[in-house]
Amino acid sequence: MRSAVVVFPASNCDRDMMVALEKITGRPPLKVWHGDASFPEVDLIALPGGFSFGDYLRAGAMAARSPVMREVIERAKKGVAVMGICNGFQVLTEAGLLPGALMRNAALKFVCRDVHLKVEGSQSAFTNRYAQGQVIRIPIAHHDGNYFADADTLDRLENEGRVVFRYCDEAGNATAEANPNGSQRNIAGILNERGNVLGLMPHPERLIEPTLGGADGRMFFESLMEALH
Amino acid sequence: MNKHVKITPEIVAEHGLTTEEYARVKHALGREPNITELGIFSVMWSEHCSYKSSRVWLKKLPTKAPWVIQGPGENAGVIDIGDGLAAIFKMESHNHPSFIEPYQGAATGVGGILRDVFTMGARPIANLNALRFGSPDHPKTRHLVSGVVAGIGGYGNCVGVPTVAGECTFHASYNGNILVNAMTVGLAPTDKIFYSAAAGVGNPVVYVGSKTGRDGIHGATMASAEFSDDSEEKRPTVQVGDPFTEKLLIEACLELMASDAIVAIQDMGAAGLTSSSVEMASKGGVGIELVLDHVPQRETHMTPYEMMLSESQERMLMVLKPGSEAKAEAIFKKWDLDFAVIGRITDSGHLVLRHQGEVVADIPLGPLADDAPVYERPWEPTPPAAELRAADVPAPASLGGALTTLLGTPDLCSKRWIWEQYDHMVMADTVIRPGGDAALVRVHGTNKGLAVTTDCTPRYCEADPRAGGAQAVAETWRNITATGATPLAITDCMNFGNPQRPRIMGQFAAAIEGMAEACRALDYPVVSGNVSLYNETNGKGVQPTPAIGGVGLIADIDQRATIDLKGDGNTLVLIGKTKGHLGSSLYLREIAGREEGAPPPVDLAAERRNGDFVRQAILQGKIKACHDVADGGLLVAVAEMALAGKRGVTLNAAPAGIPAHAYFFGEDQARYVLEIAPADLPALEAAAKAAGVPFAIIGETGGQALTIGSERPISLGELRRVHESWLPSYMGAA
Repeated sequence: MRSAVVVFPASNCDRDMMVALEKITGRPPLKVWHGDASFPEVDLIALPGGFSFGDYLRAGAMAARSPVMREVIERAKKGVAVMGICNGFQVLTEAGLLPGALMRNAALKFVCRDVHLKVEGSQSAFTNRYAQGQVIRIPIAHHDGNYFADADTLDRLENEGRVVFRYCDEAGNATAEANPNGSQRNIAGILNERGNVLGLMPHPERLIEPTLGGADGRMFFESLMEALH
Repeated sequence: MNKHVKITPEIVAEHGLTTEEYARVKHALGREPNITELGIFSVMWSEHCSYKSSRVWLKKLPTKAPWVIQGPGENAGVIDIGDGLAAIFKMESHNHPSFIEPYQGAATGVGGILRDVFTMGARPIANLNALRFGSPDHPKTRHLVSGVVAGIGGYGNCVGVPTVAGECTFHASYNGNILVNAMTVGLAPTDKIFYSAAAGVGNPVVYVGSKTGRDGIHGATMASAEFSDDSEEKRPTVQVGDPFTEKLLIEACLELMASDAIVAIQDMGAAGLTSSSVEMASKGGVGIELVLDHVPQRETHMTPYEMMLSESQERMLMVLKPGSEAKAEAIFKKWDLDFAVIGRITDSGHLVLRHQGEVVADIPLGPLADDAPVYERPWEPTPPAAELRAADVPAPASLGGALTTLLGTPDLCSKRWIWEQYDHMVMADTVIRPGGDAALVRVHGTNKGLAVTTDCTPRYCEADPRAGGAQAVAETWRNITATGATPLAITDCMNFGNPQRPRIMGQFAAAIEGMAEACRALDYPVVSGNVSLYNETNGKGVQPTPAIGGVGLIADIDQRATIDLKGDGNTLVLIGKTKGHLGSSLYLREIAGREEGAPPPVDLAAERRNGDFVRQAILQGKIKACHDVADGGLLVAVAEMALAGKRGVTLNAAPAGIPAHAYFFGEDQARYVLEIAPADLPALEAAAKAAGVPFAIIGETGGQALTIGSERPISLGELRRVHESWLPSYMGAA
């Protein structure tokens, strides 16, 4: 599987993403600079976490208009797998590749901790190694992860099975207490209509080995291997 | 500030210079200074930049060991961690700005210490902090906690360096002067370390980073004076941080450092362009000439005085090899940062500044830097605190009740509310996260780890600064040991009151002596540090707070120990001698409502013996969990292990001959609690005996409650609720 990690000036999970991709796919990803309007063909494009252009404006708003994103949008339309983690998810909504927006956390504070997620769509390229309904533990680290979309959009996402990860408690219940940021319907990750673009606030690349406190993120990358090898 | 302004005694006083110091300025120049020169002398001779009150004492600290590559005097300290890698670290205060404007004060504190570390060629891999706030009842405390924590997070989270450890306590002595100490640890190849001594006559002096504005002028002078009620008016002297630019600066500098273009580099911290240019040139024994017209400016009509004294953030000064300007400029352009050649290295031994075709300052470097005033301030010792007998401290109605109370006090409660606002996992190498003894960060791409911690017990320092200084060093050593790592070196951040008061100077001197003694006994030298004096408001000083940041190394992170209990039916063992010392303890303050008594004595030989034994046992794989015993004593340590491991404990009653509350809440030093499988007990006990290390079985793990002797069990759920709820409910009740 050939992959590329897009680097904005203040991306800061780019290395973590590259390490995880290389460790699990066995192939070092391509590093693509935000100013590059074109880059070699790949099977997966990853937009990593961080603060892209400082995010003093809306998170991801400036990154969504950078030269590289025009190319990413083109390729996404052609069906290339694209995933945005944390800041990457914010960029994808700002770029119009995913619906909705990520607002400031309901508690108005940055939050970094492990959360439980329920895998609600295990058929996608990003989730096929997880069991449907499986509860996994993955960290979050964000200030603006409060997913918002209007009721019609949310209903559509639900009906089309595009809500693939939902914040839940250890037992898998999507309760208000288990919602770390106020996201509508506890949404943590969604797919686009075609299923080739994923946005996810939590960081699977941070928990891929027990030494770091867990390996539930590993299957996320193994799913990609399965789907895109 | 008009350059033709006449220098009057009032203007000299406004610059914080004494009459004698001003006479010295005139003598150094052989004439009256102009206003720009006066401004330069005032910041260079400020306490903050010159260490004039502390320098004679700081010399007493041991700074050498075979693994020390660079001790104090550079931007940060450097130690060898093997395999061609060095750990580079320092801690620094940002107390005064953080009190005036907590978010920006704390944020720029983080930015400044990060620059000190990456200036030397290191990629920052961990941030830590040590925070002291006033009494929770004080009307400003909540606002300060909220702003400082958000500021630290806002900066560190954006630059992508994990904030992995720290401490936070509260005491009324900090009501008017909070302490915000930030530490950064970085990694660099040992053959790629960058220093600040300028060299090479004719070499270009290059300015990179953000533009210079009028912010932060006189920050160093502010940090060198006491506060009064009008300190709010000093808000304009606080700088504003831009972590996005810092992130660009880190990447651009590291990219340039991979080439061989840099001769010397220094960040522009306190006193900005003045201190960076003066220190670089004086360390190199050369001269420096700057053309201020070339300084990138954010505002119009800036005077030389303003440019030289501005503390605008995210700026660096470099001396490049001739001919490498174009290559360097391309890198900084790629990262959208300003790059300007603003001067040359000369052989004059002077700082010469030009502006609009005129020489606006010409100062010999010697008097500015190395020959700055040094004071042997009068000092008097702290009167010895009386020993407090345990029998004179009332016992609680129940031990469990006292424990529950203690776990919900501001100093002992969980600090989760704070560290969850810090990204402590970015870079994906955080092996032991916040909340334990030391944090453990993997050395990227290896299986080695750096154990890092900050610690200090100001109430001990208040009662006996010498013992308190030694204890602070020993406790960081213990924190690191408890993970299985070998402690290697420290950085210090000396926060004290007004050094012109002999009692304060005496506290400083004694704390240094205590620290020096501990550093020597533990082979744990000081490699960098910072002094923050004048932490006083209206003549009332803070508790003396020599905050210590420790760094240790573990060869294989898979051998680490953590505080969480791992299994049922294991034995809990207490290492170290328990006399039941309650003087200056948290039990005394929080349960008995008294702040008095000598602090626990520090027996450095025992400290070393016990710690070396524990570390060895951890590395042999015989220890399931380990926690050092500190604030709150044995019972608090055991409760923290139980809460972290979500596993109960049954403790034996206190041994005969010692009051139960003194046994369980005494703060005797050099102690650890270990969780050991029963099968491993006999061998370990024999080894401890052979090593002369006190070893006592104190209980057994299992269940979901904490049971002390014959007392009613307390559910872990109840303990957790109390432990976790104080800070969020305090901060939520705006």
